[in-house]
Amino acid sequence: MNETKPELNNDEVARYSRHLIMPEVGMDGQLKLKSASVLCIGAGGLGSPVAMYLAAAGVGRIGIVDFDVVDYSNLQRQVIHGTPDVGRPKIDSARDRLNAINPEVTVETHDVALSSENALELLANYDVIVDGTDNFPTRYLVNDACVILGKPNVYGSIFRFEGQASVFATKDGPCYRCLYPEPPPPGLVPSCAEGGVLGILPGVVGTIQATEAVKLIIGVGEPLVNRFMIYDALRMKFRELKLRKDPECPVCGENPTVTELIDYEQFCGITGTGTDDVLLEALDTTVKDLKTRIDRKDEVLVLDVREPQEFQICRIPGSTLIPLNDLPQRLAELEGYKDMVVHCKSGVRSAKAVKLLHEAGFSSAKNLRGGILAWINEIDPSLPKY
Amino acid sequence: MANDVLIPTPLRAYADKQDVVQVEGNTVGELLQNLTAKYLGLKKHLYNEDGRLRSFVNIYLNDDDIRYLDKEATVVRDGDTISIVPSVAGG
Repeated sequence: MNETKPELNNDEVARYSRHLIMPEVGMDGQLKLKSASVLCIGAGGLGSPVAMYLAAAGVGRIGIVDFDVVDYSNLQRQVIHGTPDVGRPKIDSARDRLNAINPEVTVETHDVALSSENALELLANYDVIVDGTDNFPTRYLVNDACVILGKPNVYGSIFRFEGQASVFATKDGPCYRCLYPEPPPPGLVPSCAEGGVLGILPGVVGTIQATEAVKLIIGVGEPLVNRFMIYDALRMKFRELKLRKDPECPVCGENPTVTELIDYEQFCGITGTGTDDVLLEALDTTVKDLKTRIDRKDEVLVLDVREPQEFQICRIPGSTLIPLNDLPQRLAELEGYKDMVVHCKSGVRSAKAVKLLHEAGFSSAKNLRGGILAWINEIDPSLPKY
Repeated sequence: MANDVLIPTPLRAYADKQDVVQVEGNTVGELLQNLTAKYLGLKKHLYNEDGRLRSFVNIYLNDDDIRYLDKEATVVRDGDTISIVPSVAGG
């Protein structure tokens, strides 16, 4: 924290009065908040409530890292951005919103993708780090950087109706790698873009993260260290699991083997084109090709492997729906089709389907590159995008 | 005797969309074997090619990580709840 002893002006006393009259915060706590700095990594679903509540609470300096642009599909949950912000950089609309909530707070925006090259320098300037990213490589990167720098990592993660939260990388507590030493192989765990997320869920998990950040700064209560909070919105249940620091953890253990930042894309198995990708590329087809074949009235089965909810939103005319998860049990329905073009939303699930189909002997199955999104972009812009 | 196994959201698709499944077994390992025998799709999400539990899926007996108990040999008693807790990255 800063060495300069701050004071509150009269406006700030009025603004923070509900904090100031509580013994757990009081003037001392509020001044700690004012001299503190928090870095929010990601201005998305989790970063939105985190940054807004920390600004309202009077955290003196808030940093935001994001390189994305506000999209319509963000607005269902990323409440820091509004409809007029669509198309703007997220850091710009986030800064405007935070300034409107509390002009006393300094907002620092970082228009970069966090990487092994910039992470240490960026994180070093802040007291507390809040992880609101949406992918495994960045989560491991944030964790390792926090351990190396000795900064607490306030962690939150969401999927559909389920959220997780904890505080990692404190002096005696575990880190993310103690809990999950290795990431899942790419494609095995669906992202929110593929699987969806209840818009309110990041509100609950993000406010837990904001609460923990404030508690760490003020130094009150019992932080979410050595504990893993799991929230199930459908059952409306919170569960707490015990965490332990792993003495053999490669980053924070007794004999660490990872002492500097590594290549996290590679660590998470995301490495350019593997042989699988090259093979799959040969099985690709384009939306233009498909359109020509449909117009020619070629006998081609357009197999949609998305979920029924997605099929309801938009579909390629004449397509047949068999969700990827049901495909292994429904292969019999595909007997007799000579030609098959398989698609999903953007091409990831359909690539898996094509692999499965080829293994099952359907050697004509091709993957529609870019999925229905490419179809909408290039063939039929009248269809709704999601 | 059967115990509750809590299935996390990302894996429910492989367990007939259920969030809780009742499974029998004297140890956590036995119970998971029985679970994946019943729901074949779960198997590749819980075990790697060598038949070992995957490192991005943690198994809890009540609120304890089995890695710090007796791992898969951890004995299951009446009323114990087993949770499967995979890593998710959404934000």
